Amino acid sequence: MNGNKPIKLRRTMLFCPGNNPGMLSNAYIYGADSLMFDLEDSVSMKEKDAARNLVYQALKTIDYGPCELVVRVNPLSSEYGKADIEAMVAGGVDVIRLPKTECAQDIKDTEAEIEKAEIKFNVPLGTTKMMAAIEGALGIVNAYEIATASSRLIAIALGAEDYCANIKTTRSLEGSELFLARATIVVAARAAGIDCIDTVYSDIYNEEQLIKEAQAIKQLGFDGKSVINPRQIEPIHKVFTPTQQEIEKALKIKMALEDAEKRGSGVVSLNGKMVDKPVMLRALRCIEMAKASCAYFEKEEE
Amino acid sequence: MNLQQTGIAGTLESGDVMIEVSPSTKGINIDLESTVKTQFGKYIEKVVLQTCKEFKLENVDVKLQDKGALDCTIKARMITAIQRAGGGEYEWK
Repeated sequence: MNGNKPIKLRRTMLFCPGNNPGMLSNAYIYGADSLMFDLEDSVSMKEKDAARNLVYQALKTIDYGPCELVVRVNPLSSEYGKADIEAMVAGGVDVIRLPKTECAQDIKDTEAEIEKAEIKFNVPLGTTKMMAAIEGALGIVNAYEIATASSRLIAIALGAEDYCANIKTTRSLEGSELFLARATIVVAARAAGIDCIDTVYSDIYNEEQLIKEAQAIKQLGFDGKSVINPRQIEPIHKVFTPTQQEIEKALKIKMALEDAEKRGSGVVSLNGKMVDKPVMLRALRCIEMAKASCAYFEKEEE
Repeated sequence: MNLQQTGIAGTLESGDVMIEVSPSTKGINIDLESTVKTQFGKYIEKVVLQTCKEFKLENVDVKLQDKGALDCTIKARMITAIQRAGGGEYEWK
């Protein structure tokens, strides 16, 4: 649990190529929890300057409502990385996403550039958050040190295409090649107290498989998934939103806990079963998720 | 400030604008082609003039083929075209 802070939903992160003005201006209407404007792989080398200018102007001008705004910048090792970070911090982006993160030093180097930009543009220090995409074997081996490298980090994410190429395999429907990477990212993120975002599912016409994959990664512990098309948003939100039955069960557990507290009892029993701490934590998270995603409540607590 | 060469930015896709800026000897000349010229022509020209002012450009030919771009897109494409034409760097604010 995260204390009294409300949950920030990151069920879906919609990918928008940074040099496409049509997508940049309309992206917020589809209801994704986060928007990720890309300056990296979806932008050709000769259009890097154009995409940077376009995303900067969009950040400065368009009201994206409650969507969290993430920009995937080019790596600092490229000639574009520093300028990308400077422009996006000046533009007021919420989160800078680093591609191909391999070690804690990648995070620290990027954080140093963000800090310089925050000072230059009078942005309060620490405002700009970070997300790291892990896209190779070395990044997976170093996942925990990456996840704990900066207090600005809000999440780590898996980039599966590059990861599969790196470990010399291909992607399959059942995703067995990604099992270790996914599990490692979830455990590292949870140990660090941050979120974890799964990779994209690239067949936009196969909703059945998308739902299966979303259910599988939710079961593994992920907070959400990157999406490449607006049609993928609703099915994933459905998977991540607690059902009426789950909400009712969680509310019963919460009421039983409150009742036990009033009676001064340390042990809680519901329908003849003992409710222990993990059950309680799951129930409270379920209620928070339901509230954050505006799920329908038949019986409001209290 | 004067441009060194011609600079082009943008595309002809819906929601975008293709802008060509070139050095000129007689002020700022705007050649606007847009499906919404009647409705928004003067607003588009205002963005163009404002961006030229930010770069301190006084002599430039600007040719726009607009496909319904928002003001922020027109500005971004103007900045990119001017930078590609050697018109200087844009100051992030």
